[in-house]
Amino acid sequence: MSRTEAYKSGRPVYIVDGNRTPFLKARGVPGPFSAADLAVAAGRALLLRQPFEANELDEVILGCIIPGPDEANIARVVSLRLGCGKSVPAWTVQRNCGSGMQAIDAAAMDIAHGRSDLVLAGGTEAMSHAPVLLNNAMVNLLGEWSHAGTTWKRLRLISRLRPPHFRPVIGLIHGLTDPIVGLSMGQTAEELAHRFRISRERMDAFALESHRRLAGAQDGGKLTEISPIYDTDGTFFDHDEGVRRDTDMAGLARLKPAFDRPFGMVTAGNSAQITDGAAWLLLASASAVERHKLPVLGRIVDCQWVGVEPGQMGLGPVHAMAPIMNRQGLATGEIDFLEINEAFAAQVLACLEAWQSPEYCRDELGLDAPFAPIDPERLNVDGGAVAIGHPVGTSGARIVLHLLHVLQRHDGRRGMASLCIGGGQGGAMLIERVEGVHHGT
Amino acid sequence: MAPDAKSCRHWRLEQDSDGIAWLTFDRAGRSANSMSRETLEELADLLVEVSRRQSAGLVIRSGKESGFIAGADVNEFTGLTGTDQALTLIERGQTILGQIEALTIPTLALIHGFCLGGGLELALACRYRIATDAPATRLGFPEVKLGIHPGFGGTVHLTRLVGPLAALDMILTGRSIDARRARAIGLADYTVPERHLENAARAMIRHSPSPATPGFVRSLPGMWFMRLLFAAYLRRKIAKRADENHYPAPFAVIDLWERFGGDPTGMLAEEARSVARLITGSSARNLIRVFLLQERLKSIGRQGSSVPRHVHVVGGGTMGGDIAAWCAMQGLRVTVQDIDHQRLAGVVARGARLFRHNLRDPRRVEAALDRLIPDLRGDGLPRADVVIEAIVEDVAAKQELFRQIEPRLKPDAFIATNTSSIPIEELAGTLARPDRLVGLHFFNPVPKMELVEVVRGTASAPETVARATAFAGAIGRLPLPVSSSPGFLVNRILMPYLLEAVIMEAEGIPAAAIDRAAVEFGMPMGPLLLADTVGLDICLAVAGILAARFGTEVPQRLAALVSVGHLGKKSGRGFYTYAGDKPVVSEKNEKGPARNELEERLVLRLLNEALACLREKVVTDGDLLDAGVVFGTGFAPFRGGPLHHIRNEGIGRLHERLKRLEERYGERFAPDAGWQELLLEEKESP
Repeated sequence: MSRTEAYKSGRPVYIVDGNRTPFLKARGVPGPFSAADLAVAAGRALLLRQPFEANELDEVILGCIIPGPDEANIARVVSLRLGCGKSVPAWTVQRNCGSGMQAIDAAAMDIAHGRSDLVLAGGTEAMSHAPVLLNNAMVNLLGEWSHAGTTWKRLRLISRLRPPHFRPVIGLIHGLTDPIVGLSMGQTAEELAHRFRISRERMDAFALESHRRLAGAQDGGKLTEISPIYDTDGTFFDHDEGVRRDTDMAGLARLKPAFDRPFGMVTAGNSAQITDGAAWLLLASASAVERHKLPVLGRIVDCQWVGVEPGQMGLGPVHAMAPIMNRQGLATGEIDFLEINEAFAAQVLACLEAWQSPEYCRDELGLDAPFAPIDPERLNVDGGAVAIGHPVGTSGARIVLHLLHVLQRHDGRRGMASLCIGGGQGGAMLIERVEGVHHGT
Repeated sequence: MAPDAKSCRHWRLEQDSDGIAWLTFDRAGRSANSMSRETLEELADLLVEVSRRQSAGLVIRSGKESGFIAGADVNEFTGLTGTDQALTLIERGQTILGQIEALTIPTLALIHGFCLGGGLELALACRYRIATDAPATRLGFPEVKLGIHPGFGGTVHLTRLVGPLAALDMILTGRSIDARRARAIGLADYTVPERHLENAARAMIRHSPSPATPGFVRSLPGMWFMRLLFAAYLRRKIAKRADENHYPAPFAVIDLWERFGGDPTGMLAEEARSVARLITGSSARNLIRVFLLQERLKSIGRQGSSVPRHVHVVGGGTMGGDIAAWCAMQGLRVTVQDIDHQRLAGVVARGARLFRHNLRDPRRVEAALDRLIPDLRGDGLPRADVVIEAIVEDVAAKQELFRQIEPRLKPDAFIATNTSSIPIEELAGTLARPDRLVGLHFFNPVPKMELVEVVRGTASAPETVARATAFAGAIGRLPLPVSSSPGFLVNRILMPYLLEAVIMEAEGIPAAAIDRAAVEFGMPMGPLLLADTVGLDICLAVAGILAARFGTEVPQRLAALVSVGHLGKKSGRGFYTYAGDKPVVSEKNEKGPARNELEERLVLRLLNEALACLREKVVTDGDLLDAGVVFGTGFAPFRGGPLHHIRNEGIGRLHERLKRLEERYGERFAPDAGWQELLLEEKESP
């Protein structure tokens, strides 16, 4: 059964609960929590409020791009730390920025196919912990060192040490650079801005709105998807730290381009923030819902992964959403709310342009007619990654989780979550709230 | 069994194909090995057999899962009547362990779990020691805690093996060390995972390296002139923590080493004489009594069935937070509920400190932290097997809380209130099922205070009480079953003593003089400093509750201090003024009444209240009372508990003194009716 078939005719996949940590700004040094710490903090609060025991899960699936050196198959590390016990299998998935959503899709597939009934799936990332590595010259030198038998040989090795040996490899910078086309993610956003003639002002205005919306959601107490986390030094974190309430257009305009100096337009202010955070969803089959009397938040209707030109990776959402819309026979207006991950303001704006462009839809998607424009009031209603941050392995899970909360709050029915994926991919997931499967409260 | 295997009641001797003799200690009828007269005599016979056989080597190990040997059988100490008898016994032990030393074949102790006291002395008599590297491995000489010191050659062998500094540190503090430390100081030749124990033992016997020595630097403090210096230094250091009259054992160790540190034979002989003197003295007798009382409380905690898996603590203050962290460290999953994020963050921070200090290993620390879950919304309630209430000491607030939480509990969960003074019945009334409520009164600081009062309300189901008792035992605390009378046992007995101190202070006696009298009696801390530490507002509240019930008077001075905001340490001022955490005490020797009179007033009120509690059956017998007061208040352990102290000092004599104080100070010294029974007992005994 293909993925599409499984979603269409396999067993229904329900989302029964979800939880995430607040997203913590990376401040140039490793933050207080490792990727596993974050996933454990969010996961234990989620599991605590379930009517079943952690060892009744069928599996744990976690997306994460840069687990720490002591976090190999981080999903298993987290699963054991959560008390799921030795018998619950756990695996880690990587699809770059799509990893969190990939974890949910994988869980959903297993449920649809009847392999699992109850799955904990999500994403985690501690970008502030991204490794700083020794460069190759240094590694080679150290390799020779371990074979150098005599003091004389070792002294000669030491004499060969030069300042370049000590130049570190910053893992994060390499991770955010496309290894095939050599563009940094920010440069791909510059490409899109150029292609769709998106001005610096539009980007900055979009970023400002993202912060305004997040601040509004925080003040309105709308982010109930967050559980506070506690550091061992007596501090606690209960909200997304990226929000900048004091920012304005003038302030944003003053920022220097971050990637294409000196003439670029993509700045730190209109890009997603480097952040640490984890998010989980709890997925269940109908029989698990029945057995444990679980409340149902929504159902996963469809999911699509696509490949695009790596240098244009930001348009991934358009390519991923379009097949779902066509398969499901939906018009833009029938989607009540959308989350498109804000890797870059320019990138989301480019997606909106492409979505409604007759030329783009015809040439790139092979459609007769473009889609109706996406109403900005239905997109990222509580702000996006520009304000909240984008822990790469986590965001895919966060936007699905948040979309469920938005649908519930506005009594909406259908929602689409989508993101662009570094390396030239896109992912999209269609969810809907369900009537009549309500057990519990 | 192989033909050359020999077995007796407590030991098993087998010879393997390499010709190595494996001697396994498996004391009959016990879950842990301890050394008794009988087991030692059997060992003596077996050692003769071993030397006759000319084995390739001897490995001594334990057949118990719990560990190697937990020490000498303390119960046998109590039967000793005189110094000579004790000396004979100790010398016999030395001789038997000397047989191991005299063997010409390589000897090795294979150690897992506890290796304490006499057990460690046996291991030290061997040429080599190999221990498992598990956290459960503990080696030590806890003898000083019983008022004695090692007597089977331990002081001689340990000093010689690891050097005087490391050895004296272990002997004087009584603290046990883990495998890693044992390896570092040279006490263990190797520490290996359990899977390698036997191979390591075989290899070591086969290669038979020369025995470990401490090396020149570590032996240096053993030179005679260095000994004099170090002995003086150690005496000063110990004297800061313990009075030689109360605790002679550590001083005896220092004397022994100072005089005989360079003469192993002399030291061995004197070691035996020293222990014989100590063990028949009152300090050791009473400390051994306290140890046996502790064992009794432990055994009370072992009776019982299911151990809870999830504990929910309501209230993230100092008590609630520390109870939660303690439970998490013991391996339970714990949720702590509070409405204040900052308080929950404090709970995690204090927990992290506790775990790092006690568990050390970062993985175990992380696991404990993962089990300690801050729970703003009370999601842990429906999962909890035990709910511990540790919120503000206010009847209405507690009742309201119980009303809220009861509907969310599992049907078989029980509720424990940590109230220190409110009768359980008053709180149980609001519950639909009052039978599930019990008191679990922890003492501050939770990680240090072992005692937990298990308070049985009139409505508490016996099953609930039993489960609460077992729970306290399971988390490594000492449960003391008490009835639900105000103040329960410990605070009730402590309060008159505290209040008498307040009255004396109000009379103009310097606080420091009052506290000094108590400390010299043997209390861990003076009453006024204790009151300041607890908080005068809390003392006043508890005193008020007790006064309301027993018609006693609360001195004006206490209320006066509280009304002007002098609450003790936390407000920077109470009976003392504090600079940081320490009270400022002027060194001037202010004139006060004779120390004896101060001590008498403080202690007799305490003793009088103790007899009242016994008469009212707050606890079921006098030993439990003594245990509770020693472990709950730190009451001079070398005196063996308040009732024991009364008997030692003379019942009639103390009763007379109390009556004299009554004449002079009034009704608060009126002897309780409970004295009559004791007086009768004294008359009847010869």
